[in-house]
Amino acid sequence: MVSGVSAPDFDIKYVAHLARLKLSPEEEQRLGAQLGNILGYIEKLKEVEVSGVEPTAHAFPLVNVFRADEPRPGLSTEDALRNAPKQSSGLFVVPKVVE
Amino acid sequence: MLHRLTISELTARLARREVSAREATQACLDQIARVDGDIRAFISHDPADALAQADGADEAIAAGADFTRQPLLGVPIALKDVLAVKGQPLNCCSQILGNFRSPYDATVVEKLKAAGAIIFGRLNMDEFAMGSSTENSAFQTTRNPWDTARIPGGSSGGSAAAVAADECIASLGSDTGGSIRQPAALCGCVGMKPTYGRVSRYGLVAFASSLDQIGPFTKDVRDAAMVLEAISGHDPRDSTSVPQPVPHFSKQLTRDIRGLRLGLPKEYMVGGLAPEVKAAVDAAVKQLESLGASVQEISLPHTDYDVAVYYIIATAEASANLARFDGVRYGARVDGADPLEMYGNTRGAGFGAEVKRRIILGTYVLSSGYYDAYYLRAQKVRTLIRQDYLKAFEQVDAILTPTTPTPAFKVGEKSGDPLQMYLSDIFTIGCNLAGIPGLSLPCGFAPDAKPGAPEAKLPIGLQLLGKPFGEETILRIAHAYEQSTPWHKERAL
Repeated sequence: MVSGVSAPDFDIKYVAHLARLKLSPEEEQRLGAQLGNILGYIEKLKEVEVSGVEPTAHAFPLVNVFRADEPRPGLSTEDALRNAPKQSSGLFVVPKVVE
Repeated sequence: MLHRLTISELTARLARREVSAREATQACLDQIARVDGDIRAFISHDPADALAQADGADEAIAAGADFTRQPLLGVPIALKDVLAVKGQPLNCCSQILGNFRSPYDATVVEKLKAAGAIIFGRLNMDEFAMGSSTENSAFQTTRNPWDTARIPGGSSGGSAAAVAADECIASLGSDTGGSIRQPAALCGCVGMKPTYGRVSRYGLVAFASSLDQIGPFTKDVRDAAMVLEAISGHDPRDSTSVPQPVPHFSKQLTRDIRGLRLGLPKEYMVGGLAPEVKAAVDAAVKQLESLGASVQEISLPHTDYDVAVYYIIATAEASANLARFDGVRYGARVDGADPLEMYGNTRGAGFGAEVKRRIILGTYVLSSGYYDAYYLRAQKVRTLIRQDYLKAFEQVDAILTPTTPTPAFKVGEKSGDPLQMYLSDIFTIGCNLAGIPGLSLPCGFAPDAKPGAPEAKLPIGLQLLGKPFGEETILRIAHAYEQSTPWHKERAL
């Protein structure tokens, strides 16, 4: 059940980049191996006959759960900024986005 | 000894003015001071604030408060560190949330407060609810009160241990793949996951949005029914919360289960199940039959795929839900030359190994070229898994299983092999995929080879799974079983 098969094409550097996660070389190696193992286990889903089966996104799907389009107060600016790592003039400060 | 009481015992004494909420709260605080150095269930708690709330409860009682309108008045209840309490730290036991304090109360917290409960403490958990032992907490390892060399289960390990150690009268946890039921089983208390949508997720830090639910840890089934009733209900702020009316769960514990049909899935009673667990569940079956229920074998044919489906769907949803932790608006930040570098540095430094593993797996199964083969396929198998349960419920009123394949394992025993840890969730995961309610309650003990303690024992849990919105039935069965057995009277400390 716990096979040592790595999933082909599992490029941990690429996926970590997609996930915006900086990994050390040691992490890339260790996590890469562990994930290869897990993906090998997950291969068993290919055994299941799924033609004609609808996917389930939610167990009890509700339809059109909307409220009236009326503005309401939300968090105050002060509350929203209270936990900010860096703020100025009511804004979240981040490294420069564009040159 | 007030910390040893159940909710119903404590509220009865409070109503009769035999004891005060302050005395009960102080008893819990004293117990925490006595045992939490070893158990480590609490990340933090504020004794002064808890006592101030207790004084408020005592004033309300003196002024003639009605316990039918505030059924939890004066009851100290602690919360898993994944629930928002206004002004209190909210960390999900991760470094990445830094010094974050929540600007709002979760709906369940509002409801508990309205019911009169004393809300206190932040309870330890696996980081972002990802784990089955609480060993993935970035802060500390919680120990099982029955044997401190062992884990309490996870991810709500602190919530289970705190109740088992009488550090609080009840607690709340969250359950995505078994994170309430499994620690409840390993710590010998009652733990319940409601039907998906029964309890609002507003204020619950999301792990997997289609699987997460909040639920109670309590010392007995009646208490679980009381807390469930208080926290359930439609909430417009959670668009997945269902409009179903909330039954008076605590009024339906009639103890009469004659004629109820219970199903034992044949796929569950197989290899990997510890003999002591099998023996305890077999004995529970006999006990339930003696109470007038009938037990038959059923089949859940897709059981073997539960874990694989879960680890695709839950990780995919988690990769989306945890994308918000980027160092921009809250939490810890590790700087970078540009935002992309900042995100990478912040998340690389702030997330633990298990969280990274799951985010990467989830990102992969959703990525272009792999979405159909993994995520879409898993969602289709989820439909088949769900259909298995619904089909079974045409023949039986509730499903009976062991909660876990073994009693509590030792600290460090499974933490080296993530896949082994995932496979230990085998009995609890299907319930979340199907969205049905489930609870675990004590059904016996296994001997524990603890040096110098020949009488040592480890709790074993029995799981009951119900039809969608069928909490009343499983609570009634659980209560009837509990009241005809001695397990709920045992205490860890």
